[in-house]
Amino acid sequence: MTTLFYIEHNNGKISDQSLKAITATTNIEGDVHGLIVGSNISDAVAEASKISGLNKLLHVDDEAFDNVLAEKLTQVMLNVANDYDYFLAAATTTGKNVMPRLAAKLDVSQISEIVSVESADTFIRTIYAGNAIATVQTTDAKKVLTVRPTAFKAATTDSAECEVVNITAENIPSISEFIGEELTKSDRPELTSAKTIISGGRGMQNGENFELLDKVAEKLGAAVGASRAAVDAGFVPNDYQVGQTGKVVAPELYIAVGISGAIQHLAGMKDSKVIVAINKDEEAPIFDVADYGLVADLFQVLPELEQAL
Amino acid sequence: MKILVPVKRVIDPYVNIRVKSDQTGVETENVKMSMNPFCEIAVEEAIRIKEAGKAEEIIAVSIGNQSCQETIRTALAMGADRGIHVLTEERVEPISVAKILAKICESESPGLIISGKQAIDGDNNQTGQMLAALTDMPQGTFASKIEIDGEKVKVTREIDGGLQTVNLNMPAIITTDLRLNEPRYASLPNIMKAKKKPIDQKSPEDFGINVSPRVNILKVIEPPKRQAGIKVESIEELVEKLKSEAGVI
Repeated sequence: MTTLFYIEHNNGKISDQSLKAITATTNIEGDVHGLIVGSNISDAVAEASKISGLNKLLHVDDEAFDNVLAEKLTQVMLNVANDYDYFLAAATTTGKNVMPRLAAKLDVSQISEIVSVESADTFIRTIYAGNAIATVQTTDAKKVLTVRPTAFKAATTDSAECEVVNITAENIPSISEFIGEELTKSDRPELTSAKTIISGGRGMQNGENFELLDKVAEKLGAAVGASRAAVDAGFVPNDYQVGQTGKVVAPELYIAVGISGAIQHLAGMKDSKVIVAINKDEEAPIFDVADYGLVADLFQVLPELEQAL
Repeated sequence: MKILVPVKRVIDPYVNIRVKSDQTGVETENVKMSMNPFCEIAVEEAIRIKEAGKAEEIIAVSIGNQSCQETIRTALAMGADRGIHVLTEERVEPISVAKILAKICESESPGLIISGKQAIDGDNNQTGQMLAALTDMPQGTFASKIEIDGEKVKVTREIDGGLQTVNLNMPAIITTDLRLNEPRYASLPNIMKAKKKPIDQKSPEDFGINVSPRVNILKVIEPPKRQAGIKVESIEELVEKLKSEAGVI
C-alpha cells in the first residue's frame, strides 16, 4: 500500500493544516509520499522533506503551479495515480476543491473530512455539521480521502530528509486561469485554523460594537467570528459566520458573546476544547454547552476582559 | 444559454437532528424537509443571470424519492423554468449524482451548471467537482461572485484566508458559497404558476447509471454530549480559571 499526500505551503512554510492532516496517514499501512507543487519554493521543499513519516517527496517545480488550480493539480495526481492506493489531502478549500475532481477521474466514491482512520477501509467522519458521527467503510479499491485537520496533532518536521523527486507536469489542461488573490490582510489568524476565537451574536446590537471583540481578540491573538443572527442582522460580513451554514471550527478556546446558542450555531463550534459564554440571559442555551459561563452585560464586561488580559 | 441547477432535499437547517436509536442513521420520518440552503443560493443565482438577459432557460434537477418533486417545485416557484426528477429510493452518493448529471449535461448542453457547494446532510462537498471531472469542464467552487463575459465566466471564490478569482472557459461548473446572494422567497402567484411548469421524470436506469452505494454506513451515533460547566461571577474569576484550570490563555 502506498499513500500520496498533497502538501500545501504558504510563504515558504508548510501549512499547519497539512501537517495536522498528514498525521492521519500514520494509521494507514505502507509508505507515504508527499506531493508539493510550485516554483522557487526550496524552503518549503526542504521543510516538507523532513516531515515525520514521509518516505518520498514529489515536487512539481513549475511556475504554472505557483497558484493551484484544481484542473491542473488533478492532472498531476492522475499522471502518477497508478502508483498509489490512497490519496489524501487536508480538508482546506484547496483539498476540498481538488480531491473530488481526482476521485471522479478515478471512479472512486470519496470520503470527505475524516476525523479518524479505523482500518484500511473504514473511517469516521461527521455528518449534519457534527450533529451525528458516522463510521463508514468503502468498497472502492483506491481510496480518496480528505482529512479534517482539527482532529489530528501536527506532524513534526525534524526527521531526516527523505528523497525528493522532481516530476514534470504532463497533459495539463488550460480550461481555467488564475486571475488573482485577495487575502484578508490581518495579523489575526484565519477562523478555521485559529487556536482562539471570540464570536459575537445579536446581543452585540450593531456592527460598530464588534470593535469591543476586536480589542479582546487583539490581546488573545484570536480570530473574530459571529453567529448567523449577527450576520443576518448585517452587523458583519458572512465570512465571519460560525455555524452549520458558515464555518465549522474547533479551537482551543471559543468565547461566545451575546450569542443565545441556536442549534445552527452550536453545530459549528461545539467541538471547541473550552467554551466560554457571556450572556445577560441566564436561560440562554449557550450555557448548556459552556465550560465557563458568565451572566453579565457584555458592554460592561468586554472592556474588563480586555483590561484583564 | 441554459443553466442547469441540481437541487437537494434535506432536513430543514433549523430542525434538531436526531440519531436513530438503532444507529443506522438520522431520523427523517415526520421531519420538516427543505431545499438545501446552498442549492437555494444556486437557484437564485441562475435566476439573476436569466433576469440579466444572459440565460434563456433554467432547469432544476433533483435525484431521490417522490418527495423531491416538492423541492423541484420550490425551484420552479422561485423562477426555474422546468424540472427533471430522477426517481430512486437508493441512498445516492455524490459520485453517482455526478454521473447522472453528466448524462443530463450531454443531452441538455447547459452553458453553466450552478450547484450548492455542499448539502448540509452528508456534508460531502463533492458533487460539483466530480461533475466537472466527468464532463472535463473547469470548476469555480465556493463562489461569492459570478461575472459572465462572452465565452468565459469570472468566478470569485471564498478560500481559506480570503478570496481568489479565476476565469473559466464555458461551459463551466460553479458551486455556491453563502455570500453569493440572498435567495428570494417565492410569491404566492409564482407558487401557483410553478404547478403548471413541466417536470420530466426519469430513473437512474434511463441514464445507464448504477447508483448502488459504494461506501457502507456501518454506524451512526450521537456526538458525545458536552456537559454544562460552571458559572463564574466575574471577569477576574473567568480569566483566572482560563489560565490555571483550562490552561488555554
